[in-house]
Amino acid sequence: MVKIEDYAPIVGQAMVDELYLLAGRLEGKQIQNINSTAVGGGVAEILTRMIPLLTQLGVQARWDVIKGNEKFFTITKKFHNGLHGVSVDVGKDEYDAFLEVNRENAAAMDFGDIVFVHDPQPVALIERRKDLGRNWIWRCHIDFSKPNPEIWNFLQQFIEQYDSAVFSAPAFARKLAIPQVLISPSIDPLSEKNRDLPEDAIDSVFSRFGIDRSRPVITQISRFDYLKDPLGVIKAYKIAKKHADLQLVLAGGGATDDPEGPVIMQQVKEEADKDKDIFVLFLPPASDFEINALQRGSTVALQKSLKEGFGLTVSEALWKGKPTIASAVGGIPLQITHKYSGILTHSIDGTAYWIKQLIHEPQYAQRLGVNGREHIKNNFLITRHIKDYLLLFISLFRQEDIVYL
Amino acid sequence: MNEFYFNTKLDQTLLLGRTAKNIPELLEGVKEVPEASIYYHTHKFLHQHHFLSPEPPNDFSYWIAEVLNDAQLGEIMSSVDIIQFQSLEDLRSRFIEILSEQPHQERRTLLAPQGEEFHFMCSRTFVLRTPHVAHDLEEFTEVLKRVSVNSLYYHIFDAKLRLEKGENDFSRWFRDMGKPELAERVARLDPYTFTLEGLRSRIIRLVEQYGKN
Repeated sequence: MVKIEDYAPIVGQAMVDELYLLAGRLEGKQIQNINSTAVGGGVAEILTRMIPLLTQLGVQARWDVIKGNEKFFTITKKFHNGLHGVSVDVGKDEYDAFLEVNRENAAAMDFGDIVFVHDPQPVALIERRKDLGRNWIWRCHIDFSKPNPEIWNFLQQFIEQYDSAVFSAPAFARKLAIPQVLISPSIDPLSEKNRDLPEDAIDSVFSRFGIDRSRPVITQISRFDYLKDPLGVIKAYKIAKKHADLQLVLAGGGATDDPEGPVIMQQVKEEADKDKDIFVLFLPPASDFEINALQRGSTVALQKSLKEGFGLTVSEALWKGKPTIASAVGGIPLQITHKYSGILTHSIDGTAYWIKQLIHEPQYAQRLGVNGREHIKNNFLITRHIKDYLLLFISLFRQEDIVYL
Repeated sequence: MNEFYFNTKLDQTLLLGRTAKNIPELLEGVKEVPEASIYYHTHKFLHQHHFLSPEPPNDFSYWIAEVLNDAQLGEIMSSVDIIQFQSLEDLRSRFIEILSEQPHQERRTLLAPQGEEFHFMCSRTFVLRTPHVAHDLEEFTEVLKRVSVNSLYYHIFDAKLRLEKGENDFSRWFRDMGKPELAERVARLDPYTFTLEGLRSRIIRLVEQYGKN
């Protein structure tokens, strides 16, 4: 099991000591996380890693999962799509069914001192606040930039009963009557996807896929999904390739519920068939080691998304010191400051231009990579995430701008 | 006995739910947001990119230059010399003055692309006492080598501008310790032109050089 002390060589002992200082201020408080799934998805992934670390710091942290039937999860899927801006129609009976499941769970649940509710599925548990009291926080993990107004209005009545709401990116903030806290997601530098790898391990993955490490490699790791714009990546690669020797790796999971997904995949395959330097890798879910090696062995990382929630693959690439070119969407501008810690682009031509620049100017590219890694070390590792959560819990009991603990 | 207790600080970022898509909206925001927001937008870069030198500019100038593509106004906003200001209200007034100047009003039509609006945020700062205490200059340098950059940041940046103590905590203690020249040397540093590690090394060198006098 990973120990909190294992992070000291990475972020410094002083930073780990500060986590202990903060954790000490939460003595006697039980923190209860509540979400809707124990496995799969980003929320479960981060809680799985974070709860043991909080416990080691001396915080009483627990995690409960609400129970729901198929109908409930069909409704919450509709909510999810609607909050992403997709046109959906939710009937009154569906809102009622949603509330009923929340009320059943709330009646059966034993609540902690601080109730930390993740995402919309369990949001209405807050109805119990009237008779229980306690401190309540609602954490939104999803893109909230253009929510369907009707679903938003329904959720807002519950959200505003919480003490505070937490969002992952500034664009997701709403006009709300409660404080809104910015807490970005994070990567774990000790996980299989991000831990250091020996050169021969990287070599073995590249040779397994037939990629030549002696020539420049540009790589985008993401689902084959319209919003990740793999065809735009191929176009940018082709423009850049007129003046630079390049190989392109597109690697990620294949299946999505995007109706255009199969069409995009087919087009990507057709393009790849025409060029032996394009490698399209459909990776199975448990491919963290391969992703790690592909990122580490690449010359330049790309993330040319049209839309992103946060875009943590950017942090993953930067953590590996890779010069990264990414679209200025979602949480990506938080991770890259243009020309300081990476490159932000807005078009295919701009992406092609910067691919050439970084391939031809390796010293400049390396400086971006070094700065990028340092930026991730300071701002997007799990230790920063733990610090933000501890401050969030402590902030429930203090209202000043400058709090002396 | 005159001890120096090392504090550290950790920041929480609050979203104000207020955005600007052009210069007039930025100006209105700068006028109305809480002081802690002016602090956030002039110090976030420094804190998050403390390894870079010279440090990237404040958020206002970065947004004007990189998003609105107005290099001239961006440069004027970035050249506001924060070290000269004794309070956040004075600093706010300077930004208002620049953004209100007539030539910049001609840029009223510049619009941020959708999704790249300026988002106003602010900081809540949590101050904690560390177990580290220095009783003399020798102990001071030993501890300063070990504390986090957050601690250095608190005693240098927050002490002067945010807590309006007039000068940084180290200089004040050096003066109390009968080391006025050392106090003056450290007070005269422009901390905004160093990386935090560079600043740490510079202060340690000054203590070693002037602490003996």
